[in-house]
Amino acid sequence: MQEVKASMAGSVWKITVSEGESVQDGQDVVILESMKMEIPIAAEQAGTVKELKVTEGDFVNEGDVIAVIE
Amino acid sequence: MINKILIANRGEIAARIIRTCKRLNIQTISVYSEDDQKAPFVSLADESYLLGPARVNESYLNVDKILQIAQEANADAIHPGYGFLSENASFAKRCQEAGLAFIGPAGDIMEKMGSKIEARDTMQQAGVPVVPGTAGAVANVEDAIEIAKKIGYPIMLKASAGGGGIGMQVVQSDDELTKAFASNSKRAETFFGNGAMFMEKKLENAHHIEIQLLADHHGNVVHLFERECSIQRRNQKVVEEAPSPFISERTRKKMGETAIKAAQAIGYTNAGTIEFLVDDSENFYFLEMNTRIQVEHAITEEITGLDIVEEQIRIANGELLKINQDDLKINGHAIEVRIYAEDPVTFFPSPGHIQNMHVPEGDMIRNELAVTDNYDVTPFYDPMIGKLIVIGKTRDEAIATLKGALAKYKIEGIKTNISMLKTIVDDEQFKLGITTTAFVQDHYLTKVQTN
Repeated sequence: MQEVKASMAGSVWKITVSEGESVQDGQDVVILESMKMEIPIAAEQAGTVKELKVTEGDFVNEGDVIAVIE
Repeated sequence: MINKILIANRGEIAARIIRTCKRLNIQTISVYSEDDQKAPFVSLADESYLLGPARVNESYLNVDKILQIAQEANADAIHPGYGFLSENASFAKRCQEAGLAFIGPAGDIMEKMGSKIEARDTMQQAGVPVVPGTAGAVANVEDAIEIAKKIGYPIMLKASAGGGGIGMQVVQSDDELTKAFASNSKRAETFFGNGAMFMEKKLENAHHIEIQLLADHHGNVVHLFERECSIQRRNQKVVEEAPSPFISERTRKKMGETAIKAAQAIGYTNAGTIEFLVDDSENFYFLEMNTRIQVEHAITEEITGLDIVEEQIRIANGELLKINQDDLKINGHAIEVRIYAEDPVTFFPSPGHIQNMHVPEGDMIRNELAVTDNYDVTPFYDPMIGKLIVIGKTRDEAIATLKGALAKYKIEGIKTNISMLKTIVDDEQFKLGITTTAFVQDHYLTKVQTN
């Protein structure tokens, strides 16, 4: 199991996967918006998206868990 | 008569506007978000009012709330600064309807220049050369690929409503164009509520040079010469200087006259800037018009001795310009560097808590700051936290002062681009004044990415 965490504080601009979907290593899971810039957050290993912890428009802090990959 | 101004902005520009107002004995009102409560611009104003939560829609873009505060606090004018509502035509109109002077051009002129497609068209009609490209919006990807065959790659794909580098991308092939078209159109739709796209030939080795204008309500227009702003990352400026070390006196004159002609053709008023791309042979092409004060206005103030904010207020008051074109002379050389809270290599933003901040000072140094020591930089707004402006009798003198000032500039706790600025100032090409829009890629990233 792998937790995908926010690399910096920001708003969730877009969620690019859905629960149950399989993802590749390095695939973007969520795009954050921080300081008017898009910050893609990628999965660090291949697997299935078990849980999405955020919805679009949410604010996350650095280190917050965004998704769980299995 | 303007006696009390509400500043509908934040950060360094709000603080800078308040400074001029104080000198002119004009009362000031700051409006701020919950996360900006401790920002310097809030305590500098005579009065300050909370707008709402940090997010811009609930604070700095909340038109109803801003107008309500302006009326309750008896403001007679609104200065919009740059960004946020500064180029929002309906906001300008609502200010007028509420009986408040909007310190900027009228809403309909703003609208004309706000649509980049319409601006291109208007400028062409006014006899201003534009970059070769599409006449109107590009309907779909298929049409875009057809047009690309005629224009030839590389191509600059742009959102008509775009700004701040958003919705804009260089493409090199049909493949890249296909991908970029959909994603940028969607982004422009999300950010600006308008996904219309157009295409321009990407000019290689071009300079980004812009002309500062002042226009009163009596038909008088002057230009305050040019600013060279070619050193950019993510299509946003990093280093700006005035005058440009690149163009000849003849081109300077021709660009200035063209800009004045364009402003007169659209009946422009207040301060504005026409941005041009200038090629190797000093041919220049209209890029866009910014209908507001610009971040880099300070370098123009330093070489002309004018206070552009003061001029803006006088114009909004209906006063005649007190200067003629013939009175205006370039005096010395000024350089501005933007201090960004960001990684100096990836350019990813770096919000966080600022510690041990030290800012250089001196006769030939001007600082405009959005932050102080022990201050939290939030992720909600632009990463620019300050501007360092240096002045010299000559360009070499200004560069020497800049080098010394950057050596003393310290910010801890967050990442900043100060190391990038130091590298640029030491670059041989920069010292020679050879600064095209490819500068960061060719003379900076090549150095830092191989290390």
